[in-house]
Amino acid sequence: MSEWLEKQLPKLVLAPSFVAILIFVYGFIGWTAWVSFTKSKLLPRYDIVGLIQYDRLFVSPRWDVAFSNLFVFGFLFIVISMLLGLLLAILLDQKIRTEGIIRTIYLYPMALSMIVTGTAWKWILNPGLGLEAMIRSWGWESFTFNWLVDPNMAIYTVVIAGVWQASGFVMALFLAGLRSVDDEIIKAAQVDGIPTWRIYSSIILPSMAAIFLSAFIVLAHLAIKSFDLVIALTGGGPGYATDLPATYMYTMAFSRGDIGQAASSAMIMMAVVFAIVVPYLYSELRAKND
Amino acid sequence: MTELNSKYVDSGYVQKLILRSLLFLLLGIFAVYYLMPLFVMITTSLKSLEEIRTGSLIDLPREVTFAAWKTAWSGACTGIQCEGLRPYFWNSVLLAVPAVIISTLIGALNGYVIAQWRFKGANLIFSLMLFGCFIPFQVVLLPMARVLGIINLAGSISGLVFVHVIYGIGFTTLFFRNYYVSVPVELVKAAKIDGANFFRIFISIFLPLSLPIIVVTVIWQFTQIWNDFLFGVSFSEAGTQPVTVALNNIVNSTTGVKEYNVDMAAAIIAALPTLFVYVVAGKYFIRGLTAGSVKG
Repeated sequence: MSEWLEKQLPKLVLAPSFVAILIFVYGFIGWTAWVSFTKSKLLPRYDIVGLIQYDRLFVSPRWDVAFSNLFVFGFLFIVISMLLGLLLAILLDQKIRTEGIIRTIYLYPMALSMIVTGTAWKWILNPGLGLEAMIRSWGWESFTFNWLVDPNMAIYTVVIAGVWQASGFVMALFLAGLRSVDDEIIKAAQVDGIPTWRIYSSIILPSMAAIFLSAFIVLAHLAIKSFDLVIALTGGGPGYATDLPATYMYTMAFSRGDIGQAASSAMIMMAVVFAIVVPYLYSELRAKND
Repeated sequence: MTELNSKYVDSGYVQKLILRSLLFLLLGIFAVYYLMPLFVMITTSLKSLEEIRTGSLIDLPREVTFAAWKTAWSGACTGIQCEGLRPYFWNSVLLAVPAVIISTLIGALNGYVIAQWRFKGANLIFSLMLFGCFIPFQVVLLPMARVLGIINLAGSISGLVFVHVIYGIGFTTLFFRNYYVSVPVELVKAAKIDGANFFRIFISIFLPLSLPIIVVTVIWQFTQIWNDFLFGVSFSEAGTQPVTVALNNIVNSTTGVKEYNVDMAAAIIAALPTLFVYVVAGKYFIRGLTAGSVKG
């Protein structure tokens, strides 16, 4: 008996986590998916009626704004963070004695809560007393920078704060990548007299494809989940101009009492993450098993 | 990597000097960019409201006052209550400490099993857990709210601990699994021949090896849980809210005059624990970040 137990022990230890993941991740996804096909309003109902919630979602102007914001914000956030992170990594890779301190400064925003980041940038970007007022006080009276309260521009303030928070992290990823490139190849290229920018663009960067992919996945994932930043910076406003799917879902679930809309918008978010992450995880796990 | 600039620039000392100065100028500008918000937060928190209204964003305080800090800590209004951040700060401590300890312990055991006691299906379980790390949590909010109600944990700190443990297991398991997978399996075989059992091997062989990965996991989990807002705002009620939710309430509180200095002091207080961890253990913080994104 005890021998049997000893043999089964590893499985028994893993079992509670496995069951928990099955219920609280996959079971819950299933529940949300199910409810997204019903007429649930304030309370969940379980009789499936089809795609009615998705139909409502796609004709809702608010969802339209939220969903296109995801792509505007996501695209700019990812591209700018990657470019800035790469630039910083290359600058820092030039044998600098104070590298440790500089790296610490570039990366600290990643330790902050997005609520803190949002609060800080909300203060800096507020037109009345922030950046705009400061530059006006320097004598440039007509200077205007009121993106925070401009419905057409407010989403870009989310990009500004998001890039500030995440770009240092991308730098750390790229810096690790630059350091892992084989020294011998670079030395050989230098001996051949190949200019530095060519060494970077033709030898070093192409060998970092995996790191680019990782950075992209992490940033895309951060962008889709961005909720705290919008809440703290703009509260989704002005109006609903800076709504993202995450804030839309939250509003429907907890302020509007519209469970059907909350569930269907959550499933769309899930689908977007699925489309990005599954191919990545699949290739990662397969590469490891080979 | 070797120093590219100096090798490439051999046409003279002056050119090298110019390039180096340019490099440091750029690095300096970016350092200012990253530090500016923190600087503005600190100086604003030390000014009086009068000075904020008349002065400019980046002015140093003419007269340093800690009044805003005192208000933020024990007097600012988060709604109808005006007790400052203090009670919510302790909520976050009460929430983060058990959640970090439990999820790290579970992750260590899971990682040990998956990496060293491979059985059929273990890899599938690992993949399922890994995917769980990536789901947008919006997809579990509604059913979790109901389940917490059913098991009588709705609106409580224990409920939040439970939620953070559940959704932390994926990452903690990943960290330990990747760490233990590099330990040769012969070690476990030899220990088994010597008569050591499952837990004995874990406690006397694996745990003593694990200090670095424990530090990485604890820091990762602590940062995630302390900084969480989504679970906090969804599953807490007045009185059990974590510090991030209280901070957001203070900033968006509509009663009375807008006290920017109090907002900034409150934001710094909410950020202090994770900033502190980052400053004293930055190396491990970065390792956690990169381990969380670059697997294997």
